[in-house]
Amino acid sequence: MVGTVEQAGRALPRRRMRIRESRVDRVFLTMIVIFLTLVLISVIYPLIFIVSASFSSTSAVISGRVWLLPVEPSLLGYQAVFEHRSVLIGYANSAVYTFFGTIINVVLTVCIAFPLSRSDFFGRNFLMMTLVFTMLFSGGLIPLYLVVLKLGLMNTRWAMLLPEALVVWFVIIARTYFQTSIPDELAEAASIDGCRDTYFVWAVVLPLSKPIVAVLTLMYAVAHWNRYFHALMFLSSERLYPLQIVLRNILILNQTQEMAVEVSEELMRQGLADLMKFSLIVVASAPVLALYPFVQRYFIKGIMIGSLKG
Amino acid sequence: MSTEAQAVTSLRRRGANRIGRRILKHWEYYLLVLVPMAYIVIFKYVPMVGAQIAFRDFNVIEGMWGSPWVGLREFVRFFESPSFWRLIENTFSISLTRLLLGFPAPIILALALNEISQRSFKRSVQMVTYAPHFISTVVMASMIILFLNPRLGLFGVLMRAAGVQPVNYLAVASHFKFVYALSDIWQHAGYGAIIYMAALASINPELYEAARIDGASRLQKIIHVDIPGIMPVMVILLILEFGEIMEVGFEKIYLLQNPVNISASEIIQTYVYKIGIINASFSFASAVGLFNSVINFILLVAVNAFARRISNNSLW
Repeated sequence: MVGTVEQAGRALPRRRMRIRESRVDRVFLTMIVIFLTLVLISVIYPLIFIVSASFSSTSAVISGRVWLLPVEPSLLGYQAVFEHRSVLIGYANSAVYTFFGTIINVVLTVCIAFPLSRSDFFGRNFLMMTLVFTMLFSGGLIPLYLVVLKLGLMNTRWAMLLPEALVVWFVIIARTYFQTSIPDELAEAASIDGCRDTYFVWAVVLPLSKPIVAVLTLMYAVAHWNRYFHALMFLSSERLYPLQIVLRNILILNQTQEMAVEVSEELMRQGLADLMKFSLIVVASAPVLALYPFVQRYFIKGIMIGSLKG
Repeated sequence: MSTEAQAVTSLRRRGANRIGRRILKHWEYYLLVLVPMAYIVIFKYVPMVGAQIAFRDFNVIEGMWGSPWVGLREFVRFFESPSFWRLIENTFSISLTRLLLGFPAPIILALALNEISQRSFKRSVQMVTYAPHFISTVVMASMIILFLNPRLGLFGVLMRAAGVQPVNYLAVASHFKFVYALSDIWQHAGYGAIIYMAALASINPELYEAARIDGASRLQKIIHVDIPGIMPVMVILLILEFGEIMEVGFEKIYLLQNPVNISASEIIQTYVYKIGIINASFSFASAVGLFNSVINFILLVAVNAFARRISNNSLW
């Protein structure tokens, strides 16, 4: 490549400009590659550090000897994590909230997004405006809290499922998808053949919309798994706590279970508590990050569809 | 005249009939949207109306609709409270820092990635940079706290290696906004770049062809083709970011607060939560929250109008 450009340059003096430019370009491109490599390192390094620290020994972590690979490899941190009953309860609760919450989310989203995607659905502009307005203005935390209180959902599992039963942004994504992939003529033809609208959604739209259902499922599921603030506001009994609240109590508020109370073991305990934090971060993020390489293309697809309509 | 009027009424009647028929024909659509709309009304619109307790002296016995009316008392109390200006200042300085540093980050990343033709390198940078987006707020906050812990954190390790005495930046109030903004970039810039990558991919290839024939360098091509090409997306996303100025990730800020940085990290939303739900002073907290929502709404509408005026790109 370079050779041909230089030869051309020798043949035609006018081309000299291009050679100089392409040298500038090469320097520029090298700078970009260096920049991106630095970006890559600065994103991945903290993640590696956490994983390495989580597999190291207590003393290596508290003396700050871990910097890249695990030092004095051990599973002590993980042992401590799984000895915590609250972590296991949190894990189970989060799984329940994520599973049922996502089902509710996806069903409701499809139910409203499909009619909104039909041009012969009278009142769709009004409904759409009603939805979009909730993205622009909200009543605030306190009124929502009072509504949940009034409905008797406070400190029940429903408080983790119902107040987030629908995300308007995802409705818009689904609606855009239906608009572009299910032509009105298809619905028309089905209804002439005597197919009812609800049956049409079930038997025709859903099988044709597997990609968007996958996108919705994943986006909602991640949101459920990672959510903590609703639990903080609405739940007060420990047996209902999702994993994120348990994490907050241990990682941020430093509430570790009382283990040994002997003063001589105090230091050891502190070290183990620190080590355990790293292991806990890995355990808590593992489900999402393990799936991530396989599902990331669905997220990209979701963003692309969403960007079609601003 | 009269025939024309007749024609209009008959047209109107036929229009009404047609609407009636359209509703009847697709009555099942209304069945489908019933539950989702009930959700929207109960959990979005009822709280909006419920925000009127900001104008009442709320007590649990008389409830949302029966508590005595006190007008703007709670608002005046908020405006006159010693924390008012501090909250405003913190909210704006944190979110503007985030906007100033965080808005260009995904754009720069996308433009840089767009220059790379080697697919494997491009893909691995993309994969890695948007993975952190899926880390939960709680884990993110605890990672920040752990890393900035001078005793065992990553920063401590690195700073000691460089021969510097480690500093805990979370314990320096004036640095709070940078800790918040930079960690946000670390977590979300890669994800944010996706939409710009899509916009860049949809630029007309003829423009690049023309730029190449004109002898444009890579940098000139970025400035004259790439950036104008993604301008509409940039404007829309900028408007959306302005729409979130008052809502700045308060869930993360709440987790990062500690007694040392609280003077710089208390924002309106965290204050609402503490006053309202922890201290159960519902009317006052609703007033503060409503103030926040209204300012936010005004900002969004104003920025949108401004963008429409100068660039023809807007949300509506």
